[in-house]
Parts: sequence; C-alpha cells; structure tokens
Amino acid sequence: MTTIPAEPDLEARLQAGFDATIARRDRIEPRDWMPDAYRKTLVRQIAQHAHSEIIGMQPEGNWIGRAPSLRRKAILLAKVQDEAGHGLYLYSACETLGVSRAELTGLLLSGRQKYSSIFNYPTLSYADVGTIGWLVDGAAICNQVPLCRTSYGPYGRAMIRICKEESFHQRQGYELLMTMMRGTDEQRAMVQESVDRFWWPSLMMFGPPDANSPNSERSMAWGIKRNSNDELRQKFVDMTVPQADALGVTLPDPGLRWNEERGHYDFGEPDWRELAAVIRGDGPCNAQRLAHRRAAHDDGAWVREAATAFAEREGAR
Amino acid sequence: MSGDRREWPLYEVFVRGKRGLNHVHVGSLHAPDDAMALRHARDVYTRRNEGVSIWVVRADAITASSPDEKDPLFAPSGDKVYRHPTFYEIPDDVPHM
Repeated sequence: MTTIPAEPDLEARLQAGFDATIARRDRIEPRDWMPDAYRKTLVRQIAQHAHSEIIGMQPEGNWIGRAPSLRRKAILLAKVQDEAGHGLYLYSACETLGVSRAELTGLLLSGRQKYSSIFNYPTLSYADVGTIGWLVDGAAICNQVPLCRTSYGPYGRAMIRICKEESFHQRQGYELLMTMMRGTDEQRAMVQESVDRFWWPSLMMFGPPDANSPNSERSMAWGIKRNSNDELRQKFVDMTVPQADALGVTLPDPGLRWNEERGHYDFGEPDWRELAAVIRGDGPCNAQRLAHRRAAHDDGAWVREAATAFAEREGAR
Repeated sequence: MSGDRREWPLYEVFVRGKRGLNHVHVGSLHAPDDAMALRHARDVYTRRNEGVSIWVVRADAITASSPDEKDPLFAPSGDKVYRHPTFYEIPDDVPHM
C-alpha cells in the first residue's frame, strides 16, 4: 500500500497529481496515491454496495422454493446467483483499497456498515419477484450506469460487469409482471398490490434529497458520483411511468403528472421519515436480514475450515 | 463472530474471451488453493459464456511496476519517435506502404 509521505511538499505534489487525474476525468488505480478521505469514502460506498448485493439475495431467495414453474425457478436461481456474484466483484474492488474481506464481512455482520434500505422490506407475494426486478433493479440500474464512469478504476470495472447483468434482472421482472397481467383478475390485483408497496421504497433508493445529502457534493467533486440523488430519481420516474402504462398498473402517487414546461414528470415527496427509520434499523425486516446473514456465515464456517485444512494437507505433500 | 482465523489467499483471474484473443484480467477472488480458485473463477466470472479459458494466479506471485516510478520507468520509450511508422515521410504516390 502507498505510505503517507512525511514531507509536506511531497504530499502537496501527490495531491496535485491526484487532482490533475480527477480533473482529466482519468481513473485512479489501486496503487496510486490518494487522499485518505477519498479512500475512506470509497471503502464505505463500495462496501455498502457489496453488502446490498449480498443481503439482496434474501428477499427473492424467499421465493425460489415456491416459484410456479421450473422455468421461473431457473430464472430466479440465476438471478440470485448473480447477486452473489455482484457482491463478490464489489468486495474485490473494495479490497484493492486496503481493507480485508474478513473486515468487510465483520462490518456487515456487526451492523456497523449499512446496506440498501430497500432490502429491509418483505416479499409478501410472488408478484414481488417481478416488481423487484422491474422497479428495484430498474432503480439500481439508474444509480449504477453512471458509476461505470466513476473515478476509481476497480469500482468502475465492477460496475460495468454488474450493469450488463442487471439488464437481465429488470427484463425478467417486467416479463413476469406482464405474464401475470395477462392472467386472472386476482393475478392483476396481486401485481397492483405489489407495485403499491414497492413504489415509494424504490424512490427512496436514490437516497435523501440533494439538500439533505451532506456527502454528495464532495463525492461529485471527486468523480465518485456523477449525478445527484434528485437527478437520478427524476430520471427513474421518467423512465418508469411509460413502462407502468404499458403494463397496465397505476403508480400509487396522486401527484404524478407530466409537466410540459419542465419536460419531466412531477411526482410526490417520499416519506423521508420512513427512510430514516429503515436506515436506523427500524424497517420491517432489518433484524431478520442480518440474523439470516449471520446464521449463513456461521453455518458455512465448517466448509471454509475444511477447505483450508485440505489446502494445507495438499500443500504439505 | 467469524471463525476464520486466516484469510484465504487472493487470486487474480484472467479470462480468454474466445479463441484468438489474449487472456485479460477480469478481477480477483479468494480461494484456499489453486483448484478451488479455478472453480470459483468459473462461477464468479464466466456465468454467461464470457470465456473459453481461465488463468488464476496468486496475487502475491505478481511483480508489478510501481506507479511512483511511472515516469522514469517508461522514459526510455518516451523520446524514440523513430520507433513509430508515422516518423517516416513517404510520398503519397508510393503504393502499399
């Protein structure tokens, strides 16, 4: 790892080199000198992103055993496996900043690092599998596409791989909902009820409004973030409304209407107190998600130990 | 909390996308040994036919140039413009050059 230089003029020179790289919109690579705060911000953001992928396996994993057909089960398995893969790409990217995998796992399991608030909502019906693909993965894509150009090289490269795969996630979800909408009244009602529950939490995925997002400005100056929370939220709404129309569902926002002047849809304010509560740990499933993840980690301990013992025995031969 | 006394070593993963292409670095992973690294690499980096061949290399076996030495290290090639074909003036009417 790069050591922090003692001489002040050397540090200024390194800082200037870093600033010039950022200004050129060039990428910072793992062994480059970088300010401590940049490294810390990246570790936090990438780790939380990785944790989100890993915890994000649970809401949908809930329906693998009850998928209505072999086709749907195979799709859902592939999708949940992708989420695991995305978590691994991101943990690897995060480790290039000098944190260990064990540390990161520990930070998640002890609750000291967060993951996306959306995964603290339950999946109550099978339609939720479709809604998560359409809305939750749709929102994730909006967030993640600009991150392919983030200033930290390994993070951007992980995001490129992830974005390629997310497209499958969103399309399978939308197709699932379309299939249900062509079914019975009861199935259509299931879809609407699911959309009603997931719409507002999906809008919250973009984070608090810009005015209340203290770290955003610095992250944008560093090229870590490329768009503000509110910009991305607007983009998501604009993309989603025509998709909802095509599907035949109503988005549960009486304030939602096209604004000719702005060239965008106006929409209502999400309940930010709810977001704050879910982030604080008081969402419907926070405790359950972490308990499940801890149990999975503990139950897998013997596998990790056995693999290590085998490697040592083979290595000793 | 965690029963892992030590971490599995880090491996760098290289994938040949199709025949005729070089292996390209795609990322890294942890594994207890080489064989498991290869299996993990298949699951993590080639779920959609991204490759026809995988290399895994322990990260600690790689020797890398240092970013701080970038300028002196690559300086020898910096001023040798005559190594590039565009250095040479050839009249436009000379064919196949």
